[in-house]
Amino acid sequence: MDKNKRRAYIINTIAIVTLYLAFFILIQTKTMNKYFIGIAILTCIMIIMAMSLNIVAGFLGEMALGHAGFMAIGAYSSASFSIALFNSGIILPDLVVLILAMIVGGMVAGIFGILIGTPTLRLRGDYLGIVTIGFSEIIRIFFINFQPTGGAAGLKGITKLVNFNNVYWITIVIAILIFTFGRSKHGRAIISIREDEIASESAGVPTTRYKVLAFSLAAFFAGLGGALYAHYIAFLEPSKFNFMFSIEMFVIVVLGGLGSLTGSIISAIVLTTLPEMLRGFAQYRLLVYSLVLIIMMIFRPQGIFGRTEFSLTGAIDLLILRKNTKKSVDGGKS
Amino acid sequence: MNLFLQQVINGLNVGSIYALIAIGYTMVYGIIKLINFAHGEIMMFGAYFAFIAATSFQMPVWAILLLVMTIMAIIGVAIEFVAYRPLRNAPRLSALITAIGVSLFLQNLALLIFKPEPKIMPKLFPEMTFSVGGIDISSTTLIIIGLSLVFMVLLDLYIRKTKQGRAMRAVSEDKDAAILMGVNVNRTISLTFALGSALGALGGILYSVAYIQIYPTMGVMPGLKAFIAAVLGGIGIVPGAMLGGFIIGMVETLTKAYLSTTWADAIVFGILIIVLLFKPTGILGKNTREKV
Repeated sequence: MDKNKRRAYIINTIAIVTLYLAFFILIQTKTMNKYFIGIAILTCIMIIMAMSLNIVAGFLGEMALGHAGFMAIGAYSSASFSIALFNSGIILPDLVVLILAMIVGGMVAGIFGILIGTPTLRLRGDYLGIVTIGFSEIIRIFFINFQPTGGAAGLKGITKLVNFNNVYWITIVIAILIFTFGRSKHGRAIISIREDEIASESAGVPTTRYKVLAFSLAAFFAGLGGALYAHYIAFLEPSKFNFMFSIEMFVIVVLGGLGSLTGSIISAIVLTTLPEMLRGFAQYRLLVYSLVLIIMMIFRPQGIFGRTEFSLTGAIDLLILRKNTKKSVDGGKS
Repeated sequence: MNLFLQQVINGLNVGSIYALIAIGYTMVYGIIKLINFAHGEIMMFGAYFAFIAATSFQMPVWAILLLVMTIMAIIGVAIEFVAYRPLRNAPRLSALITAIGVSLFLQNLALLIFKPEPKIMPKLFPEMTFSVGGIDISSTTLIIIGLSLVFMVLLDLYIRKTKQGRAMRAVSEDKDAAILMGVNVNRTISLTFALGSALGALGGILYSVAYIQIYPTMGVMPGLKAFIAAVLGGIGIVPGAMLGGFIIGMVETLTKAYLSTTWADAIVFGILIIVLLFKPTGILGKNTREKV
């Protein structure tokens, strides 16, 4: 078991570093122009958003349709923080400022996650979905009316701190955090609530506390994503964080598979890059996008991966080594 | 005082439109437990078709209403048949996501066919202004409120008095028992979609007459608000949707008049949250206990 684990760590580390080097070379040799780098950065941000939403939608199994609201809180609070920091004249390295701003954004969003989650998580299913839509719309309307952050005209003057190098590694770190959380005692407790709330409560899981934990943790990571977004786009306007954006994130999670983080990652990559590649068919892309969603729900409602995780080691075993001694649960062919 | 009464009339005007749209949500939710997100788009298409009928074909008003409501009823049934029926026994989440997909699809279809530029709805109803005790009431307002009320009363009678109406109530109460009693569930669900969509289309036409502009995403906000109205009145209950619609319309108009125009939507959402937290079954809903 331990040997397998070490092997998995080595393989995954190699894969992450190789991917990074591949991007690094592509960027250095100018094969990848600014436009594609921009898409890659946005993809990383969407990966973070999808994984964070998966904590609520996948692990906890509740419908949260207001993720854009938490992203907006994270984006605005972190941007205000970094603007204030620059105005105060304190000079810090860019990465330090970015990380501090992310922590601020994440914490503020997380606190709002607790505030909103505590009363609303008594509701279930559709009702919870609707309430989360309500909250995120209220957040958006708040930012439209809140003059200190620019109101409807938007918040300008944010320093651009995000580039591909730092966003890539930040995404990796967040992915590792969410993965380990999912497998920890707390993550398993949250999954047990999804499976059967009453049974897990009678087994001694404090369900309310764990629900709020999942909700606020998702909000925290969404805040981090929002902070990255703010410091990449360098301009925030409330209309970006509308209901459709929440839906878009939810669709990514659902298509990847509720409860599958690797599914979220892959579908975030596909659904963020594909529309960009299809710019030529800009008129039709959203049409196709929604059709795919409908067809997917009719024929494979559990998403591409369902609840299983794609495992690189499993895939290698299956494809190259043909080692069928260990029955692989997660396969890798799906 | 006059200003207040004027605002109350405006509130009734908006409220009756919300009520019409909310009925569609509540009927569908009552019968298949699905939030039909595409309902706002039914409303939008209804407005567009009415626009085409009025400008390109110069049809009289009654013919426009009849034709558009029939077309949208057929489209509503078709949507149910293509997108929702295959998912009848799937988890509710999948059905909901499909509904979101249909909504996105219709929006983008409208964007493709009708282009994003807003169209201006011609005045369908004769324009007159009555002055009653210092308040001005336009004939359009009166017609909107009147038409909505007539259709709501007709629907209520239909659901309570006719055989199909009874079948509808039976299916929404207990689908399996209704099958055993010989109710054709598929036909009843189609009928529900047809009625809901026809009323939604009427709501769309009246909305576009009241607000003049027609554009592909016009269904989103009124759709959400009508849904809030349905929840407020108790989802699944038709009179509740009407009541909820009038309350939401009134609150929105009065907030716009006396507090702030930009915060009006936030206040409507705030009401939704408060209602759901304290009485999730809505004003007219009965409390049900969750069993293990």
